[in-house]
Amino acid sequence: MIALVRRPAPSRLWTVLTPPLAVLATMVAGGLMFAALGKDPVLAIRTIFWDPLFGEFAFYYRGQLLVKAAPLILIAIGLSLGFRAGIWNIGAEGQYILGAITGGAVGLAFYPLDSWIVFPLMVVAGAFGGFLWAMIPALLKVKFRTNEILVSLLLVYVAEQLLAYMALGPLKNPEGQGFPGSRNLSQYDAAANNELIAGSGMHWGVVAAFIAVIAAYVLLNRHLTGYHIRLTGQAPRAARFAGVNPNLLTIFCLGTSGALAGLAGLFEVAGPAGQISIDFNVGYGFTAIIVAFLGRLHPVGILLAGLLMALTYIGGEAAQSQLGLPAAAIQAFQGMLLFFLLAVDMLTNYRLRFGRAQVA
Amino acid sequence: MDLSAINPVILVASLMVAATPILLAAVGELVVERSGVLNLGVEGMMITGAICGFAIAVETGSPTIGFLAAMAGGALLAMVFGVLTQFLLSNHVATGLALTLFGLGLSALLGQGYVGVRPPATPKMDFGPLSDLPVVGRIVFGHDLVVYASLLLVAGVWAFLRYTRAGLILRAVGESHDAAHALGYRVVTIRLLAIAFGGACAGLGGAYLSLIRVPQWTEGMTAGAGWIALALVVFASWRPWRVLVGAYLFGGVTVLQLNLQAAGAAVPVEILSMSPYLITILVLVIISSDRFGARLGAPASLGRVFHANR
Repeated sequence: MIALVRRPAPSRLWTVLTPPLAVLATMVAGGLMFAALGKDPVLAIRTIFWDPLFGEFAFYYRGQLLVKAAPLILIAIGLSLGFRAGIWNIGAEGQYILGAITGGAVGLAFYPLDSWIVFPLMVVAGAFGGFLWAMIPALLKVKFRTNEILVSLLLVYVAEQLLAYMALGPLKNPEGQGFPGSRNLSQYDAAANNELIAGSGMHWGVVAAFIAVIAAYVLLNRHLTGYHIRLTGQAPRAARFAGVNPNLLTIFCLGTSGALAGLAGLFEVAGPAGQISIDFNVGYGFTAIIVAFLGRLHPVGILLAGLLMALTYIGGEAAQSQLGLPAAAIQAFQGMLLFFLLAVDMLTNYRLRFGRAQVA
Repeated sequence: MDLSAINPVILVASLMVAATPILLAAVGELVVERSGVLNLGVEGMMITGAICGFAIAVETGSPTIGFLAAMAGGALLAMVFGVLTQFLLSNHVATGLALTLFGLGLSALLGQGYVGVRPPATPKMDFGPLSDLPVVGRIVFGHDLVVYASLLLVAGVWAFLRYTRAGLILRAVGESHDAAHALGYRVVTIRLLAIAFGGACAGLGGAYLSLIRVPQWTEGMTAGAGWIALALVVFASWRPWRVLVGAYLFGGVTVLQLNLQAAGAAVPVEILSMSPYLITILVLVIISSDRFGARLGAPASLGRVFHANR
């Protein structure tokens, strides 16, 4: 009989050890899944995790790594603030879409003006769009105590419809011969978010992601608001007695994560994606939830987790083209990772005791 | 726009069909939440049920076996949640999200060979001449077995929670797991059973979508139905009959906006497609504001991790 004994404080060792352990367990379980699909499991794992970094075509894939990791990290950093305080924004996908729409719309409005001011204005508009979309669940929670999980999530579906409307209606490319989708922003120099160093994958979104990591680290460790966030998460009652205003905290956490998700959307639409189209969003907002947990809600952890998750995207695409592994397998793989993470997470807070169960 | 094209009798009959998937999922989730467990994986279990039911129905040619397989699939996936939250003491919210993300991926994987396939038709219940009655025939006697099963399920869950000893124990576990544990009830076992029941209901609801309502398989076809089911439980303040009202209300909105789309309303299609989600949010806001006292219905131990120290 195995009994669980609660640790007085979370184990520091296991806090660091559990994510790699979960990744390892996922690789084993994922390998079994790939084998069940009739693929060589070792080859599949190698194609996903090793070849993009050290294989023959690594020079191409390494750049892609930053491109995919940047939106994941930006969104996950924002989400982690709320998750720490027990405020669950799971509608980042919607805020990401809104950031792309508002930011992209500003860029399109200036077309074809060639001025340095266009891109900064787009960035501000993108962040603001995501912020506003996140304010809906935030204000409803503060005013009416509506569940922010449900509202933020339902707004994702609203945002997807809005995106379709924009891509087919107001923001459609007037010179697009009737095809859905806006003008290509990455071909409009004043609005393009192109690579800063050719071949590196480094664009403004990557820069913003790094800044967000540092800012979140400083906020959580050196700033009163960060302390309040951590306090509310660990001891909500104590936080109330300490004078933390839960309403302000809700608005702050949701607003920040919304703005960051909006930024991610804008950088994506002006760079790698290029245009506002119906299928512009690919689920970064949801994958970022996994990234946030895999990174233990810690900024540096999220940075690493974001890179790893980007690797599964890139490696997954490679496995798709080389081994014919279905795209959905990677999605299931990512979901599995979160399961294993939550499962081994128990070791952080509980000690295993082997032996006979005590009589109650 | 030609509003006369909208026939009220067909509207009511089809709103019952539109409401059934979310009704099933919401009733299942209601039992889960009454036992003190918050399972946010309804969407994942629904879509898994949708593909399990679809695939098995296509392979065997029998929708009934398909529905049973969907229930098994949903319950099996729910057990992953159950093991994680009940034995490995993980956070309910995070685990439920993981279940949804995993279920969406898994279902897409399982459903690869089934895109564009037509499932076997599910026969309507045969009430003989009753089905030919005007108005009533179409609304009351014109459905398939699952629609009636869902109504029976609501009644059954209501009676179970209200009149049976087992229902009382389930509620006790949901209100205070520590007290229930001290009285000698097996909190973990009871919750696992509730979670499995919720999974089976969600699976059945998902299969109803893929086998009857749509009927075909596309990736991500539940499109938020699971989340709307979760919202319905809050809307219903954790009471079975109110879930029924909420589900039919929602079904009505869905069918009405589809009819408006077909009738060529002057509003863009995308705006109409948003309306079910927007109305769900609106209803949540109204219900959550203090005047309705909906919060009083929430089980006191909802979403709290149970760990028996002794």
